[in-house]
Amino acid sequence: MSKTAALRIALVGNPNSGKTALFNRLTGSRQKVANYAGVTVERKEGWFTGPSGRRVRVLDLPGTYSLEPTTPDEAVARDVCRGMHPDEARPDLLVCVVDATNLRLHLRFALEVRALGRPMIVALNMVDAARRRGIEVDADRLAIELGVPVVETVAIARDGAARLIAELDRHPLPEPSDVATPTDLHAEVRRLLATTVTTRAGAPALDAALDRWLLHPWLGWLVLAATMFLVFQAVFSWAAPLQEALDALVGRLGDWIAATLPEGRLASLLVDGVLAGAGTVLTFLPQILLLFLFILALEESGYLPRAAFLLDRVMTAAGLTGRSFIPLLSSFACAIPGIMATRTIQDPRDRLVTILVAPLMTCSARLPVYALLIAAFIPRRQLAFGIELQGLVLFALYVAGIASALAVSAIAKRWRRRAQPSMLLMELPSYRLPHPRDLAIGLWDRASLFVRRVGGVIVAMTVLLWFLASFPAPPPGATEPAIHHSAAGWLGRALEPLVAPLGFDWKIAIALVPGLAAREVAVAALGTVYALSGDAAAVESSLVGIVAGEWSLATGLSLLVFYVYAPMCLSTLAVIRRETGGWRHVIVAAGYLFALAYLASLLTFQLASRLE
Amino acid sequence: MRRLNELGPGESATVVGVDDVTARDAIAGRLRDLGFVAGEPIQLVTRGPFGGEPLLVAIGGTRFALRVGEAARVRVESACRP
Repeated sequence: MSKTAALRIALVGNPNSGKTALFNRLTGSRQKVANYAGVTVERKEGWFTGPSGRRVRVLDLPGTYSLEPTTPDEAVARDVCRGMHPDEARPDLLVCVVDATNLRLHLRFALEVRALGRPMIVALNMVDAARRRGIEVDADRLAIELGVPVVETVAIARDGAARLIAELDRHPLPEPSDVATPTDLHAEVRRLLATTVTTRAGAPALDAALDRWLLHPWLGWLVLAATMFLVFQAVFSWAAPLQEALDALVGRLGDWIAATLPEGRLASLLVDGVLAGAGTVLTFLPQILLLFLFILALEESGYLPRAAFLLDRVMTAAGLTGRSFIPLLSSFACAIPGIMATRTIQDPRDRLVTILVAPLMTCSARLPVYALLIAAFIPRRQLAFGIELQGLVLFALYVAGIASALAVSAIAKRWRRRAQPSMLLMELPSYRLPHPRDLAIGLWDRASLFVRRVGGVIVAMTVLLWFLASFPAPPPGATEPAIHHSAAGWLGRALEPLVAPLGFDWKIAIALVPGLAAREVAVAALGTVYALSGDAAAVESSLVGIVAGEWSLATGLSLLVFYVYAPMCLSTLAVIRRETGGWRHVIVAAGYLFALAYLASLLTFQLASRLE
Repeated sequence: MRRLNELGPGESATVVGVDDVTARDAIAGRLRDLGFVAGEPIQLVTRGPFGGEPLLVAIGGTRFALRVGEAARVRVESACRP
């Protein structure tokens, strides 16, 4: 009986048709997000049970303008619709989602889907918004003209998908349309609109009025700058108390483990290895969640494409595209979500360059390193206009990252001629108030993806480095710190001749080895090298004194500059490998970043030590 | 014959057609898919802040951002005929 076999349906439709909101409405939290093999296209599947007990598996295909694909997303959608995707069984039924306020564009795609000759339902979405604007669509007439069932849906209303669910619960399924599809789809759309849609004066669309301000040559920039400022404030100030609380919690858990377990290797592995790694991920989570929330809200509201509109010209001049803006903005919190966000860039070359320069944005993991070195070497001094020297240096480090990213992308533009001209051709969707449900589901998807992808790598690396720093154990009666005798210590001393021209001694070289896992680990590693004990805060404050006393100013500046460029973050490299599907670009990224770091540090140290 | 990128801000026109610049021009094909077809009313709403790029174009209730090179593929004629 068909009641027991799950019905497999796929949601298809134009971008901005409210398809994903409808998917969320249908399946709620019963969703699974993964990737299609070999491509960075998200595969979203969920399920629900109809009133008759029929189980329905729903696939949310990527938004598509046409079955003639121009992006990997669109190619996946086309292959699944045709039942030709290697990893996906052919759906029993296609639900084509069309926005009732934008039928001219969306019906054309529905006709393309109908021509596939598959069982199909048209979901006439956002009928409420259409009514408010005075657009009345005769769904019954449209169903007759199209030869397939047409149901009205309002993805954001409580019972907005009731008619669609009832239609999906019917036995048997609708037959494929027997209406022939003419070759001129646009003419057919015009005919359908003329026979099924009536328009009377309604509330005017907000878009024109809002765009007049938000895309205004200079007011638009003011709004964009204010929005970015707010996002930065939120990410760096609002998240701070949460981060401190989480940090304290991890610290207390460590103390508890240290007190409970007998002192020795196991306790050290758990506290300095596993917990240190997990704690790193955990304390960055508030920042990253807040950032994701802001970006999601901006995305859902329709503002993000406007930001790309304002920035496109500036960014193309630097060899990027307007769409690079969001990934690079995210990279100020952490390059990993930034690199993951490059999926929205359609042009493969633009996407690659954005991925390669994303690690140059000053991520929050650099801040502990910067804080230590600035406190140790830059005097606290008031300059003119209330500007403080330490703050100015921090700002200069941010600017150095941005300027370098622009320079690198401008060079990459000359280096690699594009195979085809890059395309902007971007729809600016209607403004919408983001729905909390869609924000919550989107936030959960992204956060869990981040934790899965990054959490594992960071924990694994800190555990590995714990082993490197702990073994072999120092011989009895050794006076140097234990790390001196370990594999990490050996590596550090082997590296010393290489980094000596940069002004780094073997102790700094040792700290750089575990610092490869994540930038902020270097601070803790320096603490270990200087044989300090106690919690991270105590290490940081007394380290400032030690560092200021032991190192020359030239060494301090050189290390600061090193951290602007060096890819001291294995998770970032791991994500680059994942997103580009191979090691080649990992090697390119790591290679050019290390080369830049080395050259810049060399220059800084040699200049500074001569001027001193 | 004028091209879409030659319209002034706020000016309306009617699409005449989209030209292929290269063989199998993906951009031209996509423009046609998006509704840039003969007879369609079109308006250049505004231009981007630097160098007048990108262009904000309204066609059939949808707004698109186009670079100059993309807009230059679209042939238009003035909306108000004598």
